[in-house]
Amino acid sequence: MEPIIRVENLSKVFDAKSGRVDAVRNINFEIAKGDIFGIIGLSGAGKSTLVRCLNLLERPTSGNVYIKGKNLMDMSGKELRKTRRNIGMIFQNFNLLMQRNVLDNVCFPLEIAGVKRKEAKERAMELLKKVGLGDKAASYPAQLSGGQKQRVAIARVLANNPEILLCDEATSALDPQTTKSILNLLKSINEEYGITIVVITHEMRVVKNICSHVAVLNHGKLAEKGTVKEVFTNPKSSAAKVLILNDEEQDKFSGEVYEGNVG
Amino acid sequence: MWDNTVITMLLEGTRDTLYMTLMSTLFGYVFGLPMGIILAITDKEGICPNMVAYKILDFVANVIRSIPFLILLILVIPITKLVVGKSYGSTATIVPLVIAATPFIARMVESSLKEVDKGVIEAAQSMGAFIPTIIWKALLAEARTSLLVGVTIALGTVLGYSAMAGVVGGGGLGDIAIRYGYYRYQTDIMLLTIVILVVLVQIMQGLGMLLSKKLDRRRR
Repeated sequence: MEPIIRVENLSKVFDAKSGRVDAVRNINFEIAKGDIFGIIGLSGAGKSTLVRCLNLLERPTSGNVYIKGKNLMDMSGKELRKTRRNIGMIFQNFNLLMQRNVLDNVCFPLEIAGVKRKEAKERAMELLKKVGLGDKAASYPAQLSGGQKQRVAIARVLANNPEILLCDEATSALDPQTTKSILNLLKSINEEYGITIVVITHEMRVVKNICSHVAVLNHGKLAEKGTVKEVFTNPKSSAAKVLILNDEEQDKFSGEVYEGNVG
Repeated sequence: MWDNTVITMLLEGTRDTLYMTLMSTLFGYVFGLPMGIILAITDKEGICPNMVAYKILDFVANVIRSIPFLILLILVIPITKLVVGKSYGSTATIVPLVIAATPFIARMVESSLKEVDKGVIEAAQSMGAFIPTIIWKALLAEARTSLLVGVTIALGTVLGYSAMAGVVGGGGLGDIAIRYGYYRYQTDIMLLTIVILVVLVQIMQGLGMLLSKKLDRRRR
């Protein structure tokens, strides 16, 4: 079966004032429909650039990105905009419209897609209930907690019924408890609608919790990829080893702190 | 001196000043708002970078803004004659006022739009939004309180400029202040016009701030 996302020889070079930066170097991978695909790496590894190349928010310097077999690089502006409606994206900083209330935020992608106002409002309300914020429709983003804002962003992203959801450090601004609830929500979305999810994160627990596959990024290069089980039980690359072993150390440490709190 | 003629004169002066200020600011936005939007989106960090367009508008804005208003007023007399048919009076003053206000307004619009969170723009792009939709629903809508503060500043600045129009017989309170205060040494009338100008600026400032606060949804 054709993978829903296929990345081919993808590279992105930035010409910064300080010189040339190779943010992403010749990357290849495929994501099958329905997967939750994690991309991990230390900050500066090129994760955010890579995920932005998947919907061409960042235009790759070279290489191709195929979505359902179609190359984004060959698309006209109009085709690209249409394809993007099928690829939702959520962000670390939520990126909600601060001057619009929650309901109108969820209506935003529907307005862009040209859905009638009344229909859009009904759909938005339905989605808000789905993410557990039915009572917050008239609130403004500034009145919400981080977790609630991310729920609004998720409702917003679901409005266009996308087949793919890109998450750029979507839980990195949230506390562990809220992170868990957002991850559960993402997981249920994946199961219920069969949406393929790409998760960019530096938090190993996110990958362990919800991902089926994982790719390890190091200095813009793909160090390793495989199922989460393979990579976490038997990391081969030094980059994966560093990330996973460090994380286990941290888990031990925070475990002690938690125990201390209980005692 | 507090006879009817003086009072009538001050009332008419106030009316002319308001007329010049409001009309000039309005037309200033007719030209300045699109110019500011183009400046904001064609800059290299904008949503459709275009260095040529940006540099041209940037240069035009800088040139006009570096000409002192008093000089501009005289410099554009031929244009004024062409547009309104004469070079004196309140309506004629609107032409140089609009020319002076446009780049100033464009700069304020540009800076308001550049304050909008880049992430919000990115979110709109990721939803497949068309550039006019992003401008209208994300940039302008999100920047509205800052834009309103800009309108308030523009009104105050244009009001100040309009007072200078008195030099070329432009009418309004500034004209009265110069004629009575400077040419006839009637300081009391000059002071009175200043009081009226201060009150006008206060009212505009107060209303503008009130409105922008009322429309701001970013507070808890």
